[in-house]
Amino acid sequence: MRMTRLAVAALATALVAGCSSSGSGSGTTSAPQSAGQPSQAGKVTLTFWNWVPGMDKVVAAWNAAHPDIQVTSSTQAGGDDAATKFLTAAKAGNPPDLMQAEYQALPSFVAAEAVADIKAAADPVKQEFGEGIWGLVTLGTDAVYGIPQDSGPMLLYYRSDLFDKYGIAVPKTWDEYAEAARTVHRKDPKVLLGTFSSKDPGSFAGLAQQAGGQWWSISGEAWKVGVDDQPTTKLADYWGGLVKEGVIGTTPYFTPEWNKALNDGKLLTWPSAIWAPGPLASNAPKSKGKWSVAPLPQWNAGENVSGFWGGSAVAVAAASKHQEAAAKFAAWLNTDAEALKLLVKEGAIYPAATKGAALLTEPPAFFANVPDFWKQAATYGAGARGFTFGPNVNVAYNAFKDAFDKAAADKTSFSDALRKVQDATVADMTKAGFRLVQ
Amino acid sequence: MTGSRSRGPIAPYLFLLPAVTLFTLFMALPIGYTAYLSLRRTKVSGLGLGKGSRKEVFVGLDNYAAAVGDAELWAGWLRVLGYGTLVLAVMLGLALVFALMLDAARVRLGRFTRVAIFLPYAVPGVVASLMWGFLYLPSLSPFHQIFGVDLLSPAAVVYSMANVAVWGGTGFNMLVLYTNLRAVPQDLYQAARIDGASELQIALRIKIPILAPAIILTTVFSVIATVQVFTEPSTLRPLSNTISSTWSPLMKVYRDAFVTGDLYSAAATAMVIAVISLVLSFGFLRVVRNRAFGEAEA
Repeated sequence: MRMTRLAVAALATALVAGCSSSGSGSGTTSAPQSAGQPSQAGKVTLTFWNWVPGMDKVVAAWNAAHPDIQVTSSTQAGGDDAATKFLTAAKAGNPPDLMQAEYQALPSFVAAEAVADIKAAADPVKQEFGEGIWGLVTLGTDAVYGIPQDSGPMLLYYRSDLFDKYGIAVPKTWDEYAEAARTVHRKDPKVLLGTFSSKDPGSFAGLAQQAGGQWWSISGEAWKVGVDDQPTTKLADYWGGLVKEGVIGTTPYFTPEWNKALNDGKLLTWPSAIWAPGPLASNAPKSKGKWSVAPLPQWNAGENVSGFWGGSAVAVAAASKHQEAAAKFAAWLNTDAEALKLLVKEGAIYPAATKGAALLTEPPAFFANVPDFWKQAATYGAGARGFTFGPNVNVAYNAFKDAFDKAAADKTSFSDALRKVQDATVADMTKAGFRLVQ
Repeated sequence: MTGSRSRGPIAPYLFLLPAVTLFTLFMALPIGYTAYLSLRRTKVSGLGLGKGSRKEVFVGLDNYAAAVGDAELWAGWLRVLGYGTLVLAVMLGLALVFALMLDAARVRLGRFTRVAIFLPYAVPGVVASLMWGFLYLPSLSPFHQIFGVDLLSPAAVVYSMANVAVWGGTGFNMLVLYTNLRAVPQDLYQAARIDGASELQIALRIKIPILAPAIILTTVFSVIATVQVFTEPSTLRPLSNTISSTWSPLMKVYRDAFVTGDLYSAAATAMVIAVISLVLSFGFLRVVRNRAFGEAEA
């Protein structure tokens, strides 16, 4: 009896010790592993989670030139799922060294202390980026939490052939867009000018930026949450009204229904970001060569304002044992001319670095009918403005999906749904202990 | 020999060791850790940016109070209750009817039919939900084209989900019941026939009472599976905007843990769900035990 009890106790101790040592060991940077020091052991290996197509080829170019810092690229699902996975891995103590972080996810990474301040490596490349983009990786603080990789200024994509068919002009303002939606619906009830996607808070956030919304802001030592501020409420009611009228659909983007509608020419526009040629080519291959680009419709005629949908930076995990080497790679990846050229060619990204624009000469294959695609896109996207993302974008975005799913399905008030998002966001921050001002 | 005497009491524990080790590693420790997490929460100070602005604190039963007080969780339970009643009644009803029909004296193509009914059970839940999901989508659905109903509309979506569960679960339950029926001595039926009982009477008066324990077993399994419904709504959710991220209680746990990053609330809600499913399963067993197993116990 006594022996067995001892054995069980020993087993339990071993288990607990095993758990705790693996938990904390990888979390600290001062772990006594000499292999971690590049100067001593020579070779450092880094893992890099990202979802850029063809990133392995870009990484291969780095690996060939840097035998002492070898990077392994690991393809992730992308978007919200990847952010969740990274946060979970960071909490468990074994995140990758480098992570592709969407701008809106970065504050939650910082708040969870999952990413490192890489100011030392980042400062020398600061002048390669515009001020607006740089603000997204500093969050307005003195620290730098990532190197910007790409950005997603929003544009209006439209079917030029079907615009001719239905006799509508390219809408310059949102009022004209609404009028065009009514016209299209009147001429053919089965065809819609566009849809409102309750599954894509990122798209709505971009439109809110254009409208002048400020969902989060820092005032002194406190956060201010304004998801339901006046510009965003106006935006919500605009789309809610069109949905209620039945002239704008509610099929979420990137669903089989949406793909089919695009392919069949049942959807004439998509207010989207500069990266849209990729998804369009894979989701609506039949419509190749029939799309054109225009500036996003404006709230006031004559302006050129836009917002950002998506875009990401490369961040270094706080738990990485090789932060310096990782930051060096991140800086190279997003500012080196050779790396940018490969990123554009293999990954079809729109580089955040200002010199990246010069590399974009050939239009995307899907837009072969628009030879000056990049020039147009750059002009229309120049007026894009962003806003500060708060520490719980994940909560706000999830609340958005639930509230707007319901409002879109029931055709109820969109501004009520927006208020639910605001309340959920504030409630979560209050519960966590963030200091808030009204 | 003294050796065999002293080895005697140790041997059983040695035999137990693998099971106890596995149980400790994969059941007791995770449950214990969940219970531990459910009593904690991260506390942020100020802006929450920068080092040391976030720490884990002990909050007692706060998370439980929040979980039990969350109207959305109970709304989820209500939805699952409606869904579960539907699934249980239809699935077990069909399983029983199929089992009785296959067990009837004259049946053609018995083996083929059995396999055909069982086969959907072999299809993983995610695959089944996706397959049905595509059949439900208005622009692709043959049902929509023929009958003009939107199977993913707010009113219909519960039935559409129940259909996936019934399609996938009937075969398994049918097989359990059918196997039990095959174990019944044929003499019973012969005696009944000699007494002039029809096949229907045999089914109602003899087979179903004999099957009672098996029916209870399948019901308990199905109740547990229904309480934990997750795959069907989660898989169908991206296809339509009629299923919220907290449609079922388990989806809320997933949402809290992996979408909004609040492991602590998720742990507390998970404990609440575990208690409720225990109460439901044991409660059901308690209610029916006397009826079904009464004779065996007496």
